[in-house]
Amino acid sequence: MTVFVPPLPEIRFVLREIAGIERLATLPGLAHATPDLLDAALEEAGKFAAEVLAPLNAVGDRHGAVLENGVVRTAPGFKEAYRTFREGGWTGVVFPEAYGGQDLPWTFNTALADLWNAANMTFEICPLLTRGAVEAILHHGSEAQKRLYATRLISGEWTAAMCLTEPQAGTDLGALRTRAEPRDGHWRLFGQKIFITFGDHDMAENIVHLVLARLPDAPPGTKGISLFIVPKYLPGPDGRPGPRNDWRVLKLEHKVGIHASPTCVIAYGEEEGAVGFLLGEPHRGLACMFTMMNNARLAVGHEGLGLSERAFQAALAWARTRIQGRIDGRPAPILAFPDVRRMLVRMRAQIAAMRALCYWTGSFVDRAARAADPAERRRAADRVALLTPVVKAWCTDLAQEVTHGAIQVHGGMGFVEETGVAQHWRDARILPIYEGTNGIQAIDLVGRKLAMADGRLPWDLVDELRADLDTVPGELRLSLRQGLERFEAATRYVQGASEEHKGAAAAAYLRLFGHTLGAFLLARGARAAAAGATGGEAWPGLARFWCAHLLPETLGLLASVSAGAEGLDPALLDERASTVPIS
Amino acid sequence: MRVLVPVKRVVDYNVKIRIKSDQSGVDIAGLKMSMNPFDEIATEEAIRLKERGIATEIVAVSMGDAKCQETLRTALAMGADRAILVETAVELQPLAVAKLLKAIVAREQPSLVLMGKQAIDDDSNQTAQMLAGLLGWPQATFASKIEIADGAATVAREVDEGIERIRVRLPAVVSVDLRLNEPRYASLPNIMKAKKKPLDTLTPEALGVDPTPRLDYVRVEEPPKRKAGVKVASVQELVAKLKTEAGVI
Ligand SMILES: Cc1cc2nc3c(=O)[nH]c(=O)nc-3n(C[C@H](O)[C@H](O)[C@H](O)COP(=O)(O)OP(=O)(O)OC[C@H]3O[C@@H](n4cnc5c(N)ncnc54)[C@H](O)[C@@H]3O)c2cc1C
Ligand SMILES: Cc1cc2nc3c(=O)[nH]c(=O)nc-3n(C[C@H](O)[C@H](O)[C@H](O)COP(=O)(O)OP(=O)(O)OC[C@H]3O[C@@H](n4cnc5c(N)ncnc54)[C@H](O)[C@@H]3O)c2cc1C
Repeated sequence: MTVFVPPLPEIRFVLREIAGIERLATLPGLAHATPDLLDAALEEAGKFAAEVLAPLNAVGDRHGAVLENGVVRTAPGFKEAYRTFREGGWTGVVFPEAYGGQDLPWTFNTALADLWNAANMTFEICPLLTRGAVEAILHHGSEAQKRLYATRLISGEWTAAMCLTEPQAGTDLGALRTRAEPRDGHWRLFGQKIFITFGDHDMAENIVHLVLARLPDAPPGTKGISLFIVPKYLPGPDGRPGPRNDWRVLKLEHKVGIHASPTCVIAYGEEEGAVGFLLGEPHRGLACMFTMMNNARLAVGHEGLGLSERAFQAALAWARTRIQGRIDGRPAPILAFPDVRRMLVRMRAQIAAMRALCYWTGSFVDRAARAADPAERRRAADRVALLTPVVKAWCTDLAQEVTHGAIQVHGGMGFVEETGVAQHWRDARILPIYEGTNGIQAIDLVGRKLAMADGRLPWDLVDELRADLDTVPGELRLSLRQGLERFEAATRYVQGASEEHKGAAAAAYLRLFGHTLGAFLLARGARAAAAGATGGEAWPGLARFWCAHLLPETLGLLASVSAGAEGLDPALLDERASTVPIS
Repeated sequence: MRVLVPVKRVVDYNVKIRIKSDQSGVDIAGLKMSMNPFDEIATEEAIRLKERGIATEIVAVSMGDAKCQETLRTALAMGADRAILVETAVELQPLAVAKLLKAIVAREQPSLVLMGKQAIDDDSNQTAQMLAGLLGWPQATFASKIEIADGAATVAREVDEGIERIRVRLPAVVSVDLRLNEPRYASLPNIMKAKKKPLDTLTPEALGVDPTPRLDYVRVEEPPKRKAGVKVASVQELVAKLKTEAGVI
């Protein structure tokens, strides 16, 4: 098993200096979120993450979840850990007190997710999905649905799964076929879903599916999709789980990573039809689901952050003790070699930048939900919209690099499962795929987000970042100014480009976006550290490293963005594609 | 029945400590601090007594600088009802702590003082015994099981020979050992509630106790570093080395 020490000083620094957690406590309804309270909660969460969740991470990988006689069982220890997690109140952190939550900021929950994911990302996926479902129910559900479902999901007695994907409908949800038919006063669902994460398991007494399906009169495509609550056990009048609903797990997928997460193929309505309760309005299901998905997309970015932290710690611990070669005639730990330090400092800088981006974005989620001034709420919501694809895709792309680097630092032993570091790399591989592939995130950024509000959103950000140029440490200013100019040039290009060029430039633009923003957020941390803030001692150095080694990547990225679809000749593939047999 | 639980703020057990360069003590500047693990066990046991309907109120006490409030909040988050901080900048040695606790016992009239057998920083293992002596109360140290009935505590003690079972009349002082229980994690709702629970601050002067240290530190040094081992070729060589070099046989 790889080590895990909760990086609390750094987490506190980013909460305070980048996300402005103390200012968030002045938002309506957050007066109780005082720094000492959050500190105490972080402390306890860190303890739980390190002592209970972290040791289960490798166990989950080795045992995986299994399907036996139709029953899904999680890996040894998961059930008990989940009970402690739920009893600890960690499932309801951000939700209203009226429904049993603790009403704390999303920003704070981002810090908690950072810990949970580093300790055991696969475990955290289940509470993560459940939080998304609660969001959807609180926004779109009836009061009765909130009382019956949201309260139990908030307390963690029940968990939720999101059920969108079908064999022919992955990215393109408009193609989905699951049907809902009215029968004796109920909706009955028929169809098959695939890839349903924690669709069934043994950690909770009931499992609530949020299922996308079509009504009989539905228009075709994405405008004809409705959302249903489809519990495993139909709750009786007292809210207790009653009769078994008509859905069943047919199979669990055999995957590269996240073995402890059961990925289910689910059949609805093999007999009389699975009873579903409409959530929100008919045909408006995709909009409801997006409440859940936007939240979940940010959360997948947090998974990338947490996994990276864990992999980095393993690599650092290894590099300190692995002796190889000599320096000045004496045996040296590999940490002493510039190339190994390069890998490790790069990881650390990438993690700091990811953490800064995730928490900072969290602060806009809180402002969008709570600011007293409606104009501020709207501005914050716009900022969240702009940053969501960047958090999701940029952080999960960097997680590939960091977990890859952690193996590289281990040398041959990184490739051997015994050290445990390969698990982080395997687990990371799903992150750019689910919750909308990173390709789709990039298209969302250049297509939808850059076009919103007459294309103003990235330029508002540019204005804000430009103002930083006068206050960040002087040694960073030139690099940052040049970086910002490249960001502006890339944004101008993409906003004016044709669909074909936009689509081709999207991925490079998203990376350029992240690298630029990362530089500015690190610089803000460097500024705070220079002013004496504790916990950020490394940030001036990390910001310098970023400006020297990562920000310059945007030179190449700008060139690639501006080349658009140049050279993407379909013939280059067609000629070969015609020779590949179709299996 | 009221239970008094003293809790000490110490360097976290995961932290590797360093000796100050002038050998005057341990350098604790900037280190992570937390509740003495034995005191966590005492707090947990008090909460279990309350959950079983035996204890009615749990009062946590800590002594030292204002930061000890954090340790008290931890105890409150676990389930203590209220807290007392005896605030002082003076370094507190076991006898001073025992005297201060005696003064608090006089104010609070607990039936049981449940405390860690020792603190992991100075490993003194004295305070409980001194407190019992000063109060003239029975004591049961190193408890690995505690049962309370009919105004007495039956305590299983971990001693070298095994487990010794004794009965002490209440009020009494009981010091707890590692195997008594496994402390719970504080829940988030309880951490939030802890902020609203009462925390009183007193001073040694107000309690009429002079906490001035009685012992002087001569020198604090690290244990000698382990030397690298050597391979021996034969049993004979091993025995010879044990005799001549190690001098153990
Ligand atoms: C482990 C795991 C867990 C999952 N959990 C869940 C879950 O809990 N609930 C759920 O509903 N689903 C879940 N999924 C499904 C996941 O969200 C989908 O796999 C994902 O949306 C991609 O869909 P797909 O696999 O059909 O790939 P496809 O849509 O076939 O995509 C293949 C490739 O084509 C690209 N592509 C597709 N369409 C376009 C386009 N229009 N423009 C540009 N590029 C495009 C994609 O970016 C991708 O690179 C899970 C998947 C996995 C593997
Ligand atoms: C699947 C597998 C098959 C293999 N097959 C064979 C085989 O058939 N025969 C055989 O002999 N070996 C084999 N190997 C061993 C392989 O060649 C070594 O793992 C590789 O050379 C790296 O050595 P190491 O694992 O000791 O890593 P280390 O040497 O410990 O390297 C760890 C990290 O430190 C860096 N590093 C080390 N020294 C320096 C330095 N001086 N300067 C800068 N950076 C440094 C490395 O680049 C690496 O990132 C195999 C290994 C694996 C995993």
